[in-house]
Amino acid sequence: MSTKDHLDVLEAEAIGILRETTAEMAKPVLLYSIGKDSQVLLHLARKAFHPAALPFPLLHVDTTWKFREMIAFRDAFAARHGLQLLVHTNEAAVREGINPIDSSSQKYTTAMKTQALLQALALHGFDAAFGGARRDEEKSRAKERVFSFRDRLGQWEPRRQRPELWNLWNGRVDEGESMRVFPLSNWTELDVWHYVRRESIPVVPLYFAKVRPVVARNGTLIMVDDERLRLRLGERIEARRVRFRTLGCYPLSGALLSDAATVDDVIAEMSASRVSERQGRLIDHDEEGSMESKKREGYF
Amino acid sequence: MNAPFPLGAHSDALCVQPLSAKTTELVRVVVVGSVDDGKSSLIGRLLYECDGLYDDQIACIRKRSVDGVLDFSLFTDGLLAEREQGITIDVAYRYFSTRERKVIVADTPGHVQYTRNMATGASTADAVVILVDARLGVLAQTRRHAFIAALLGIPHVAVAINKIDLVDDAHAVFARLSAEVRAFTSALGFRSAQAFPVSALRGDNIVHPSPQTPWHDGATILSWLNALPLRAGVDDAPLRFAVQAVLRPTLDYRGYAGTVSAGTVRPGDDVLVMPSGLRTEVAAIDTFDGPKDAVRAPAAVVLRLRDDVDVARGDMIASIERPPQRRSSFDADLVWFGDAPLLTGHRYLLKHTTRRVSAHVEVLRHRYDLETLGTEPASSLAQNDIGRVRLVCSRPLVVDPYTVDRSTGAFILIDRHSNDTVAAGMIAALDDEERDSSWRSDVEAHERSARLGHRGLVFLVDDEGAGRALERRLFDEGAHTALCDDVDDAAVLAGAGLVAVLVARGAQRRCAGREALEQRGVSVVDEDAGWRPR
Repeated sequence: MSTKDHLDVLEAEAIGILRETTAEMAKPVLLYSIGKDSQVLLHLARKAFHPAALPFPLLHVDTTWKFREMIAFRDAFAARHGLQLLVHTNEAAVREGINPIDSSSQKYTTAMKTQALLQALALHGFDAAFGGARRDEEKSRAKERVFSFRDRLGQWEPRRQRPELWNLWNGRVDEGESMRVFPLSNWTELDVWHYVRRESIPVVPLYFAKVRPVVARNGTLIMVDDERLRLRLGERIEARRVRFRTLGCYPLSGALLSDAATVDDVIAEMSASRVSERQGRLIDHDEEGSMESKKREGYF
Repeated sequence: MNAPFPLGAHSDALCVQPLSAKTTELVRVVVVGSVDDGKSSLIGRLLYECDGLYDDQIACIRKRSVDGVLDFSLFTDGLLAEREQGITIDVAYRYFSTRERKVIVADTPGHVQYTRNMATGASTADAVVILVDARLGVLAQTRRHAFIAALLGIPHVAVAINKIDLVDDAHAVFARLSAEVRAFTSALGFRSAQAFPVSALRGDNIVHPSPQTPWHDGATILSWLNALPLRAGVDDAPLRFAVQAVLRPTLDYRGYAGTVSAGTVRPGDDVLVMPSGLRTEVAAIDTFDGPKDAVRAPAAVVLRLRDDVDVARGDMIASIERPPQRRSSFDADLVWFGDAPLLTGHRYLLKHTTRRVSAHVEVLRHRYDLETLGTEPASSLAQNDIGRVRLVCSRPLVVDPYTVDRSTGAFILIDRHSNDTVAAGMIAALDDEERDSSWRSDVEAHERSARLGHRGLVFLVDDEGAGRALERRLFDEGAHTALCDDVDDAAVLAGAGLVAVLVARGAQRRCAGREALEQRGVSVVDEDAGWRPR
């Protein structure tokens, strides 16, 4: 009896989902956040349609507060592979001065991520959006379907999810409604890294340890990525050897002291880790069930 | 400040993530039980002892547990509504790894009204763990869960006799209950069944053999999971490959994207294209990583075929020696999910492999009585009911009985108006012969056009108003017309020699509709083409 590696099974499942969505939905888009999960998702999408080109564009919801290295990586990667990249920012919120340092994290996330995403989906008329979310990330994600239905306001109703059996996805929506589709639902964080290694998938260097300028704030190390992060009284910039387990807006991403400088190091470090991935994401700590509340409003 | 990943305090030699590139198999297990059987505790215990939980998650639970004793059930409740009500509403998926396997656990609700969510978790499972409270014994709910698990084709079952620490003479209770359980699981046709005396609270026989049960053989839920024969028969199964998309990146490349859902395929293999029945040969297996000499299920690849045969999305490429069957009517078991009951004769959308057709229930043969596990006559199926029906589809499907192949034996029904998934279906043993006479009409198309004065065809229009106006005009000009909003209906109407006006909103839908119709040999005309009945 021969075996089949679980990464092969997960890969086949994800490619099947990507192809099925593209066949059934009128206008899909891949939400590209530049993180490791997005890179894996994009890699799978390229595999799914090879030798044809990607049949959908990428959409990056840019809060204007991403790490500079992320933006540079994004542009270089899209250019090298000839990918159609759309970038959307909630300009009204930028003009209002909403930012991750002075605004509450809830207000900031709603304006710059949730609202921005809904604006972009409406603007282009996308009826399906692929995301790299995984069920092991958070409790309410653990309950979300692969094909996650959103009403006309982009909202998720956890108590009225469609039953989802086998790999028979039901993507039927009416005008204005949409699907969020999660091909990596059954992947864990470690699966993602093992796959990054196996497939030699490029990821933003911020995932690997390097001496970087950081400041200790609210029990977390924040990288000083540009001059907008004003130092508070008593704070000082230190050069520490750090890396990031998840990437987002730099003032909201906690750095880890680490020596893991390669994918192998990261996998070794993570295998020994006792702390969950979301620990470093400051926006998920607001309140119990905060992810669920955000998702109900249309957040990814 | 974040510490840089301190080493695990309770790492367990049994359950560590493999660092090497060695093969780790995926196993999907669904855990079911009645309310308060300790299901969440058992899963929480599995995750905790297999390092499937992180310290911050444990700390979060510790805060909410009484007296500092970890309440394992708190690990698995995800939604606010569930925490408010203290019950599990929807299926949740959890992940952990052992040395040999990556395990996906579907944690499903126990309440009767959430049978549909149990079915969701069970549909892809390799194995099921059914919990029984040692104090209460085998309940109707236990039998119901076992029945659904068997119906959904889960091959292996473990019965966890839980709370074994709370009964006197545990050995005798276990012996009695496991005998009882074995009697009905063997009748349900599981490939293997095993019983375990466990205490989710104490951790007995879940990950570690318990010293409290010296009379037990030492097997644990974890050792059972690690030993399950997952791929028995998989590679020897006949090839099934449902075409998801036709890739045509250049004029001289035509490849069929899809997933090998059963069996093995190699270049040079003779294959059958279904439902057309054409024979051809696999020319190449293309992937992003280059051409392959052979691939085994499950594998998402692109097949190229030797001959220039017509293949479209929804078709199946299959083994010639052991082909699937072409059927447009068949018996099936339905698990009904819809808020509204099943309506016999009502048209639902049916999705099977990558094919979507219109279908109706011709006969409701019986409903299963989940108390007695017998059958009873019924006129409808309500939410969470399960019944045997005769289905009739507008186009033939390429099927196997569900017990032979889940991928070609399963389907879902979708309500056209709410778009909800209203039923899960499992195709039963097939009749010996195809009996859908509508697909073998003796009346030829030219005979129809001779009588009607025009041939059957389809007009594609963008909206209902335009459709009405067009049908009126064509009718007034002498055509035999019909108006519809479904591709399958249009095909049937055109096949009967009528001029069908098909309303399909949006350029993409019109384009897909045109392709699907032309694939079936139906003439499609744009409304401005100036067609007139002869």
